[in-house]
Amino acid sequence: MAVSSEIQAPRSGRVAPKYTRHGSSRGNFEMLAWLFMRVSGLVLVVLIFGHLFVNLMVGEGVHAIDFGFVAGKWADPFWQIWDLAMLWLAMLHGTNGVRTIINDYADKDGTRFWLKTVLYAATAVIIVLGTLVIFTFNPCPPNAAAELLPSFCPAP
Amino acid sequence: MTAETVEPASKVELAPGVGGGGEIPSFDITLKVRRYNPEVSEEAHWDDFKLTMYGTDRVLDALHKAKWEHDGSVSFRRSCAHGVCGSDAMRINGRNRLACKTLLKDLDTSKPILVEPIKGLPVEKDLIVDMEPFFQSYREIMPFLINSGHEPTRERLQSAEDRERFDDTTKCILCAACTSSCPVFWTDGQYFGPAAIVNAHRFIFDSRDDAGDMRLEILNDKEGVWRCRTVFNCTEACPRGIQVTKAISEVKNAVLNRKI
Ligand code: HEM
Ligand code: SF4
Ligand code: FES
Repeated sequence: MAVSSEIQAPRSGRVAPKYTRHGSSRGNFEMLAWLFMRVSGLVLVVLIFGHLFVNLMVGEGVHAIDFGFVAGKWADPFWQIWDLAMLWLAMLHGTNGVRTIINDYADKDGTRFWLKTVLYAATAVIIVLGTLVIFTFNPCPPNAAAELLPSFCPAP
Repeated sequence: MTAETVEPASKVELAPGVGGGGEIPSFDITLKVRRYNPEVSEEAHWDDFKLTMYGTDRVLDALHKAKWEHDGSVSFRRSCAHGVCGSDAMRINGRNRLACKTLLKDLDTSKPILVEPIKGLPVEKDLIVDMEPFFQSYREIMPFLINSGHEPTRERLQSAEDRERFDDTTKCILCAACTSSCPVFWTDGQYFGPAAIVNAHRFIFDSRDDAGDMRLEILNDKEGVWRCRTVFNCTEACPRGIQVTKAISEVKNAVLNRKI
């Protein structure tokens, strides 16, 4: 069986279409993203280990964690800013990291587009919800069933 | 027409048996070659060649033996056979190397030796790939001296220190072992690739060249240096021992320092 394949002469200057780059990109986005990964990584080392140390080791350590502990921390603007920075940096760092992985491993433009759409949507939801919780956390929500509330809440 | 000159007799007398290094050990190998011929079938397959080779032979010699004595249709590129032309990069036992620099005795000869074309470039036939996308990226970084000053009447002098700055990257033979070992390049072939960056480095850090900024701008592209994930496959693959990943990092830093 003869399969007819068009084989062009070598050195004809043709580059297989898959490899042609579509114009050059303007701006420094990829450079800034690269820099951000390193800077945010460094800051995250301090934030994450500080967070783990204070929550799990200091005082009674892990046994002290409950609604009250969280509420107590978030009553202090220092820990609000700390956790806010950790949330934003980890989310943007993680999202950018996964964006890179998608770019590296998805080989169809369509796959790339949809994976990134899902990624960015998830990131937006988590950042917005997380930020909201840090600033509005109430350990004793009104109208909650009594057995779900921690002991220090005033009786309804 | 002049008469044919007679070759003068050798002045060195060698006693019989002297001059050789003794008996060269021989051994049997199985060479498994990845075969592909689009004129016959779109499917690639493996062909086995059972060969008796010597301790001084390289993978290239085994390929020659297969081609010259068993199957003349086995296709591969080679030219110098001594590691300087960069023609015969291929995947040998899963690693990118030059067939002419890989001694058979250094491989595990008890198992078949696998020889495949380098990955990420379109295979044309057997071990021959289309290098055009690779050279396209190479051309884009302008691999030639650009100097805006007056053309000197003498050689352009440079201090030993200035020359040392880019010495490592002058060694590239454009074999594509690095670029075709890079997983980022494998995905979509858009990344400029280590070899283009190495050759840009060669001029960016050359004190006689004035177009470093232009090359840094080209490599600041979204398919440029920032796609490097420091996997180090390129450094491991380079048959010239170039510190490829280090060169890429130096170019990254040069782009950053220029912008910030
Ligand atoms: C503990 C401190 C951390 C440091 C020092 C750090 C550092 C880094 C650096 C430098 C990169 C870039 C690698 C590259 O460009 O090749 C990176 C990538 C990445 N980081 Fe982090 N990171 C940290 C925490 C995190 C956290 C908390 C997350 C998850 C939310 C995360 C998720 C990722 C992901 C998904 C990537 C992409 C992986 C890749 O490019 O291979 N990292 N990290
Ligand atoms: S840098 Fe090394 S591996 Fe890459 S093309 Fe040049 S010689 Fe080959
Ligand atoms: S044939 Fe020239 S490098 Fe191997």
